[in-house]
Amino acid sequence: MSVVIPGAALPHGTPDPVTPRQIPHRGGEANPSVEALRAQFGEVIGRHDVMWGETCVWIDAARIRDVVLWLRDDPSQQYDYLVDVTAVEHRDLDLPMEMVWHLRSLPYRRFLRIKASLPMAAELEVPSIEPVYKAANWLEREVFDMFGIRFAGHSDLRRILLWDSYAEGFPLRKDFPLRGRFSRSEQLSQALSANPEAKYSMEELSIADAFHELPADMRARLGGTSTGEG
Amino acid sequence: MATTTRTLEVELATQSLGPNGELRRVPLTATPDGVVMPIDLPPGTEPDMGSERMLINIGPQHPATHGVLRLVLELDGETVVRCIPHIGYLHCGFEKIGEYRQYNQIIPWTDREDYLNSMGNNISYALSAERLFGIEITPRCTVLRVIAMELSRIISHLVWLGTTAIDMGAFTPFLWTFQERETVYNLWESWVGARLTTSASRIGGMAADLPSGWIDGLKAFLRSLPKTLDETDRMLTRNGIWVGRTVGLGVMSASEAINYGLSGPMLRASGVAYDVRKDVPYLDYETYDWDIAVGTKGDVYDRYLVRMEEMRQSIRIIEQALQRLPDGPINVDDPRVILPAKSKATSEMESMIHHFKLVMEGPRPPIGECYVATESPKGEKGYYLVSDGTSKPVRWRIRPPAFVNLSAISKMAEGHLLSDVIAINASIDIVMGEIDR
Repeated sequence: MSVVIPGAALPHGTPDPVTPRQIPHRGGEANPSVEALRAQFGEVIGRHDVMWGETCVWIDAARIRDVVLWLRDDPSQQYDYLVDVTAVEHRDLDLPMEMVWHLRSLPYRRFLRIKASLPMAAELEVPSIEPVYKAANWLEREVFDMFGIRFAGHSDLRRILLWDSYAEGFPLRKDFPLRGRFSRSEQLSQALSANPEAKYSMEELSIADAFHELPADMRARLGGTSTGEG
Repeated sequence: MATTTRTLEVELATQSLGPNGELRRVPLTATPDGVVMPIDLPPGTEPDMGSERMLINIGPQHPATHGVLRLVLELDGETVVRCIPHIGYLHCGFEKIGEYRQYNQIIPWTDREDYLNSMGNNISYALSAERLFGIEITPRCTVLRVIAMELSRIISHLVWLGTTAIDMGAFTPFLWTFQERETVYNLWESWVGARLTTSASRIGGMAADLPSGWIDGLKAFLRSLPKTLDETDRMLTRNGIWVGRTVGLGVMSASEAINYGLSGPMLRASGVAYDVRKDVPYLDYETYDWDIAVGTKGDVYDRYLVRMEEMRQSIRIIEQALQRLPDGPINVDDPRVILPAKSKATSEMESMIHHFKLVMEGPRPPIGECYVATESPKGEKGYYLVSDGTSKPVRWRIRPPAFVNLSAISKMAEGHLLSDVIAINASIDIVMGEIDR
């Protein structure tokens, strides 16, 4: 197996990157991928800005999978590395929810932030980019868990950090209070009444055929659809 | 004298071809004179041993899961058919809490995510906040932070080495590596007063400058660490048990590793020479003379070799940093973020007001957002900060390297033995505090 060298697609003699200094707050040279995206996708691509040296481009959320697929596979772009998937909800309630994708091109040593607005009034759903980047699997599950944004086409969209039956909502939304929605007594009574044996998912129980070996009352409680201690 | 006879029923079978050329199992039976003969059974009467799958639950309270990871394994015999990880047992909502804290008040939370690398996290976070404030730190602070980050990398890798050796049944390296780690914790304690949760950085500088004699303690550590590394190297690298339990396990090819978003030693062991310190440099890392450790096969053994080499390279970086450590102030001269001197704050009215405003209201960055990545021992650790101009961030996102690395465990564990899952899991170098946050 040969070693993959980042920056390999850059012209020969390109100097190695150095620690940036005196980065302007706004303005500066934009990532050349933005113009390439405009040429390829036209009005799917919205405005872009450069802040603290990082280029952010706004796109139509419904086309994100096409955009990242092209960015990954086009020889002039090669954004092969998905850094992060996250979302931002602003304190200003007039602003829409934002989906944020951070991409990196190892061969070109480029970093690109892609954003898409999700109006709060509509249902929060964007296409999953898991078919393009496997790294998106857990990152998108976390966004779903914390913000309630659904990812269409995700192979396994379940809560990840919180348990499946968590009923208090989506913690990183601004309308979610810091201490949780339920009172302390409600949280405690739920924890005490939790059934530790019901911690397997339905899928796992079906693997071992253990579901049919459970006592009848537990089977009834699990109900065949929900999991956890509900 | 009474005796008991114990019999053990073993189903003996052989493979043969059926009438249509398909492979089938033919049960054997022993004739009274001891000859093993195939018997003809009507089709369907022999038990099918191949379809029964077992469900094994490991964790969350299991020492080999390095915290509170829970793995549900579907086993065919001893072979893993499917591995389903469950995380979140340590979820504390750091990102949510960060939205209710001033920028400097977030620093103690960064200690507690990847608690083996608390100093590194403090500095990574300070770097991202400084980008958001548009602050350039002083030369002395830059070099000190390099020393602190590399020391932090060394102790994180030492813990990884010791605990992984224990997972594979070797206890001694654990004692050696934890002895060395203790030295660094003593250094942390003499510098900032805390051992594990250092909270050492501040926006625009550090909480304290080095105490006298600290450099001597560091030099003594740099003399003793290579001996420990050599000793561990002699004990493990060509050890038949170690090699047998690590080579060829959990292989990720270079393209798979990139697509799964792996970073740090996991990615480099697969043959991708991506290191944030080289490719997106910060703290003048490009001016130090050091090499990236890269593996070729991407298995558990290569990850071990990469981490061993990274510790030696960190020693090189620290030695160069010690030579160039300049004198001068450690904090920037920027009243937006740096408190006035204590003597002034207690004697001058203006300084007291300044102190009061900074502590009670907190520094306010301009509106904007930034993502600053650093190379943590686990991989690319980034902090994404979004500011609306108030003293508390709108969004504080931690890009957790171990979280993304762990998401590949299902792929890596499939097809391996149950005992190998422990080795593969150890090779990811997970810290659940960072994964669950």
